[in-house]
Amino acid sequence: MEFSELIRTGRAQAQLLRGPEAPPLRGTLCVTGHHLLLSPGPQSTPDLWLLLLRNVDSIEKRVAGDSGTITLRCKDLRVLQLEIEGVEATLDIARSIEALSSLESVITSFPFFYRPKGLRLGDAWHFHPPERYYKRVARETDAWRLSEVNEDFSLCPSYPRAVIVPRAVDDDALARSARFRQGGRFPVLSYSHSPSGTVLLRSSQPLTGPQKRRCAEDEELLRAVLAGARPGARGFILDTRSAQAAKQARMTGGGTEAKAAYPGWKRLHRPLERGRPLQESFVRLVEACGDPEQSMDRWLSRLEGCRWLAHVKEALSTACLAAQAMEREGACILVHGAEGTDSTLLVTSLAQLILDPMSRTMAGFQELIEREWIQAGHPFQLRCAHSAFSHARPKHEAPTFLLFLDCVWQLGRQFPLSLEFGEGLLLALFEHAYASPFGTFLCNSEKERCLCEVRTRTHSLWSGLNQPKEQRKLQNPLYVLNPLAIWPSVEPQSLRLWQGLFLRWTHPPEPAEVAWEKVWQIVTGKEETEASQPTASA
Amino acid sequence: MEHIRTTKVEQVKLLDRFSTNNKSLTGTLYLTATHLLFIDSHQKETWILHHHIASVEKLALTTAGCPLVIQCKNFRIVHFIVPRERDCHDIYNSLLQLSKQAKYEDLYAFSYNPKQNDSERLQGWQLIDLAEEYKRMGVPNSHWQLSDANREYKICETYPRELYVPQIASKPIIVGSSKFRSKGRFPVLSYYHQVKEAAICRCSQPLSGFSARCLEDEHLLQAISKANPVNRYMYVIDTRPKLNAMANRAAGKGYENEDNYSNIRFQFVGIENIHVMRSSLQKLLEVSGTKGLSVNDFYSGLESSGWLRHIKAVMDAAIFLAKAIMVENASVLVHCSDGWDRTSQVCSLGSLLLDSYYRTIKGFMVLIEKDWISFGHKFSERCGHLDGDPKEVSPVFTQFLECVWHLTEQFPQAFEFNEEFLLQIHEHIHSCQFGNFLGNCQKEREELKLKEKTYSLWPFLLEDQKKYLNPLYSSKSQRFTVLEPNTVSFNFKFWRNMYHQFDRTLHPRQSVFNIIMNMNEQNKQLQKDIQDLESKIKQRKNKQTDGVLTKELLHSVCPESPTLKTSLCFKEQTLLPVNDALRTIEGSSPADNRYSEYAEEFSKPEPAVVSLEYGVARMTC
Repeated sequence: MEFSELIRTGRAQAQLLRGPEAPPLRGTLCVTGHHLLLSPGPQSTPDLWLLLLRNVDSIEKRVAGDSGTITLRCKDLRVLQLEIEGVEATLDIARSIEALSSLESVITSFPFFYRPKGLRLGDAWHFHPPERYYKRVARETDAWRLSEVNEDFSLCPSYPRAVIVPRAVDDDALARSARFRQGGRFPVLSYSHSPSGTVLLRSSQPLTGPQKRRCAEDEELLRAVLAGARPGARGFILDTRSAQAAKQARMTGGGTEAKAAYPGWKRLHRPLERGRPLQESFVRLVEACGDPEQSMDRWLSRLEGCRWLAHVKEALSTACLAAQAMEREGACILVHGAEGTDSTLLVTSLAQLILDPMSRTMAGFQELIEREWIQAGHPFQLRCAHSAFSHARPKHEAPTFLLFLDCVWQLGRQFPLSLEFGEGLLLALFEHAYASPFGTFLCNSEKERCLCEVRTRTHSLWSGLNQPKEQRKLQNPLYVLNPLAIWPSVEPQSLRLWQGLFLRWTHPPEPAEVAWEKVWQIVTGKEETEASQPTASA
Repeated sequence: MEHIRTTKVEQVKLLDRFSTNNKSLTGTLYLTATHLLFIDSHQKETWILHHHIASVEKLALTTAGCPLVIQCKNFRIVHFIVPRERDCHDIYNSLLQLSKQAKYEDLYAFSYNPKQNDSERLQGWQLIDLAEEYKRMGVPNSHWQLSDANREYKICETYPRELYVPQIASKPIIVGSSKFRSKGRFPVLSYYHQVKEAAICRCSQPLSGFSARCLEDEHLLQAISKANPVNRYMYVIDTRPKLNAMANRAAGKGYENEDNYSNIRFQFVGIENIHVMRSSLQKLLEVSGTKGLSVNDFYSGLESSGWLRHIKAVMDAAIFLAKAIMVENASVLVHCSDGWDRTSQVCSLGSLLLDSYYRTIKGFMVLIEKDWISFGHKFSERCGHLDGDPKEVSPVFTQFLECVWHLTEQFPQAFEFNEEFLLQIHEHIHSCQFGNFLGNCQKEREELKLKEKTYSLWPFLLEDQKKYLNPLYSSKSQRFTVLEPNTVSFNFKFWRNMYHQFDRTLHPRQSVFNIIMNMNEQNKQLQKDIQDLESKIKQRKNKQTDGVLTKELLHSVCPESPTLKTSLCFKEQTLLPVNDALRTIEGSSPADNRYSEYAEEFSKPEPAVVSLEYGVARMTC
């Protein structure tokens, strides 16, 4: 086994000085292929402390005298400090952790070895494919069909096998449209809003290039979308780049739809931050949250300077714009940026949460994430390779998914009764996207997941989360089905820093959590009394 | 009434405060002796009390009419457009007169009549009894006595008649000390901690200049420290920044010299003065009132206003005080310059941290009566009740309420009352509808005969108690459960529900509070039903064992089932309003969020490419 070559020292005496566990733990530290263990000794075996090595984002070592300290900064934003006996042991353990935490091979990662009790392999993997969503769409309109043109992932490596496309467009036309779009991501259905008879589509940018090329099939596809929607429907192409950036993209072969080529469609530019600047914003916010001693002025200026909440506002307001255009203006929407795998998905998934009461249920939200993020080809492995603490030069990392979760959290704060899930689920999704024993967030696309046989060889996160014992942590006790669209306020005064995530480890649990527990008591107390009433009458 | 020339203006437009394209409601504006009333075309009424008006501004005439901007002390801002300039001018002039009264007797409280008779009114005033409160604290006792030195307001006009001082402090000492303290406000008891036997005392700054001393004052401080049997050391907390206190020495005032007083530890805590606080709030309101505010401008404005920094400073001072008592068992003497602004903030907040009684609805009223009203916080000047010096206006009490709000956020189960209670009190310190906050000290209030001519606010709040209850409150906590708030900067947030209380579009769309309240109510009702039923079953069973059970009795069990049925119906009935509430969530239509301003964007044929600025400006509104 290759792990053993990377493990320089198997074990050492150590003490966990800083971490969420109190009081400090002392015991034997072991490095295994995937974990760091701290066992306090045979007497108190249940107090085993365990960390997934994949969760380590950065490691810092310091030696003094005959012992050393290592500081582990984790992807879930935890900071741990271990004091280890022996200089040599410290250095060896640090080097082992460093090597093991940055392994790039997917098939040797922990999900391929994780076999929890009570779960069966293969469970919940067939939980939410696009086919299932298509059934819902087909019940309302027959303007759409399920195409398996991408069966072997040859047309578009980042799309799933099956996609939903206009019935009027055949597979050959799809193939040509795919050649006209970056990465082959031709326009596909993301969401159908039946009350207004409009649809939400997503794609990547068209490859117009400097010569302003056109593609008849691509134009036909979008024409067919309008023809299939309610009569007289118009369309908006929501480009998540600025007009200037879209124009510049032509130089490198990309571009944006020419007005004349797509009658009935109008372009809107709503620039959203992505990639490196978004990652830097995340890093700076986490840095600011790591310093409890700073003055009020410094804190507020750092909160402003990191721009994170500005990104939240932009993402939410763009999604509101798309949702409003559909619901109020009866317009169809096509969203794309450049690759169509990041800010595009952010907008389409948030717009659905705003409009679709189904997506606000526990099952519906999981389905949304599976369909609009995982299957839609958000490159989780690249984007979540490192979190906010890594010293490695960022390459493809970007917290787009985290930004999505933050926006959902803001929705939940403004509509505390309308989401069936609570903060707990959002926190769990954040953790698992960055480091997880489950296979759900592995790889960058369906194609890669098929190659790695993720579905058959790892457990699905959904089966892990949907166990009854997890429910109380994840559910919102106050949920009542709200059939309406939920329109949030996007004013700066209405948005708040997500303390539950960004200050989770530097700060004692937010009182809201304590209050939440009380709310649970009230709700369950009420249910129990209600239940006990008939027995009292018996 | 002589100020009102026009009582009714039609076709007035009320502009949406944050809209960037002048969305508005049209309606009729009425001017009454006490209120400005706007009724829009949906029959929705907006009432504005004249006393709440902080400023009225007439802007330059536009094609639509004459704009009139009214800013209120409860942070409501309304922007009317009156079609004819003459009407606008009349209303403007009337409001200028009506909002700034010259005499107390012209304030609303003297004409407000809630249909109570004299004895009810008197009972209302007796609801809060400070003598009773000192008894609750455990004074007088062997260390503390009630002094009659100020019975006729002879020593200090701005103190109440009844003051508690150390047992060993004789009248000459008190008189001597009062002459050495600014405005005669000598050290007196504010709160006595029965378990720790330590006291919070308050006073004003000493007239020490660069070297002056006063033996009586030194004796009085020594008496306070001696009244604490556990710790002979006492803290003297000067709530001002050190620089300010030093500057005061040049004017013959200043702070205690540690060398002259035995057993004191002197400490500055650096809370800024009323003028800094006034301009800080002004800056904050400017920022939060900006149309199309960006996230970055909001946070940089929040920072440069310094408001949260000031709130943190007040909180830190109160924590310092509470720790001195809890950890070191030491008594504390608090002062600032005159001892009625920052001193009131720190003493009251400190007591609130120490004693859970003050976290109840009644207790909080008592706390305000004691540390703010009776000890002479100048409500009328600070709130600008009368047309007076604008430099005396300052949001000192608002800051106290905000500190309490921050505590309720950090300790969601520690307070019996909710945010609405704080907002309601804030509303009434400015409304001049009740007598409690009129005047600047007790002596003035007695001269105004407020108890005969006006009503007390507290019984009205208590009557509506249900509205102000915190459903998460756990009343089981011990009386001396200390709150230990964490004042890291992360914990201080902009209080949207205060500064934007009338801008409903900025608020969360659904209220957790209401639903939990409802559930709690239902729960209680159900439990009561169960108890009733169970006790009835028990009764029957007892009778059964007694062998006196007859057939008739058995039958009589059956008639009980209707009660059960009604209670089940009750459940369904009360669930209904919840669903109704859902359907009327504010903001459930995008029009309320002003996204609808996009409508124009969508329907406009040109430009096809919306420019960046255009898009941003639209969405940020």
